[in-house]
Amino acid sequence: MGDEYSIKIRDLTDDEYFFGHKACGGCGGSLAVRLSLKVLGPRTFAVLPAGCMSAVGFIFPQMAFAINAMISTFPGTASMLSGIAAGAKALGLRDYAVVGFAGDGGTADIGLQALSGAIDRNDRIIYICYDNEAYMNTGIQKSSLTPLGARTTTTPAGSKGTGSRTTKKNMFEIVAAHGIPYAATASVGFIPDLLRKVNKAKQTAGTSYIHVFAPCPTGWEYEPSASLQISRLAVASGLWYLAEYENDGFSLNHDPGEFIPLRDYLSAQGRFKHLGEEEIRIIERNRDEKWKKIRRDWKHEERTL
Amino acid sequence: MIKPKIQRYKQPRTISEYPVGPSFQAGHLVFTNSNYRTFKPIIDITLCVGCLACYATCPDGALFRRGKKVSIDYDFCKGCGICASECKAKAIAMKKEEPGRNE
Repeated sequence: MGDEYSIKIRDLTDDEYFFGHKACGGCGGSLAVRLSLKVLGPRTFAVLPAGCMSAVGFIFPQMAFAINAMISTFPGTASMLSGIAAGAKALGLRDYAVVGFAGDGGTADIGLQALSGAIDRNDRIIYICYDNEAYMNTGIQKSSLTPLGARTTTTPAGSKGTGSRTTKKNMFEIVAAHGIPYAATASVGFIPDLLRKVNKAKQTAGTSYIHVFAPCPTGWEYEPSASLQISRLAVASGLWYLAEYENDGFSLNHDPGEFIPLRDYLSAQGRFKHLGEEEIRIIERNRDEKWKKIRRDWKHEERTL
Repeated sequence: MIKPKIQRYKQPRTISEYPVGPSFQAGHLVFTNSNYRTFKPIIDITLCVGCLACYATCPDGALFRRGKKVSIDYDFCKGCGICASECKAKAIAMKKEEPGRNE
């Protein structure tokens, strides 16, 4: 079911605002940035903190952004967005977007307090978190959005450990708990849904937040061509969900119904290869508890994805 | 059309030729990305149905629209193979690159 915010791929602009960047082949994060900017258009101010997308986008003199884009301090994405929004307002600009693209570390660990402040002030900004579930740019260190059991270089797997010992921080609900005008989760595996959510964020008069699931072939250890399949497996197995939060509460966009076996998702990636039956049962139990709450408390509006 | 372009870069010789502060022209490219590639996508345009799935899913924007169908900018294709795996019409095949093509 589409609505007034839906965008057809056919209607996307031919302009490329993020092109010639040096991301790894098959990078989910760069796809999220490229498509988001196509929706937001040329009159966009982008802010990128330290992270993959600033590392691959600004390699002087190779400047991959065709729009006004700048690198912020690691914790300061949202505060720089607030400053740009205030400046644009003071200049009397019309018809523009102010967007930040931060990774999972730059959002859930380091940039959390600035984001919280911006939501509190309800500045008219769009904050997009491309979540590749670890600090990939610096060599795959665990972040607080790394899921339970994932192997990273700081949570190795072997005789002394079984990967990440903590579960994924629930960033979407943390942001929603501020009473933000618009928040959503999306995935690069569901492109029409992602485009719709970015468009909706663009038209939100206030702070909006989109959390995009963005697989990383380098850090997750799978063939680069499988990025979108992995994203869809994550949703089908219930380890990622597509939802929105607005003033009237949470709504789920897609219920996969009966989940596919977790093994199908986990064994497709090298970072989960070491997991035994017992660990997978724990992940499964966490997932089922989460979905019990989602199905009980959230509205459900099935959308075409 | 707005799109970053390859431009000739003149190495600064004196301090006055350096950009003022950490800022520089947007969309200024000096290198292609074709040397990332081990496999090369080849489109069989007779099989292409123009659904644009490849265009929408390319992380590099290396596929562009040509008429109702698509074409590949091999200068910026990294050969990840997402286009081939997302093509429902099976119109894109991945072919191994010739060795030594970058030398």
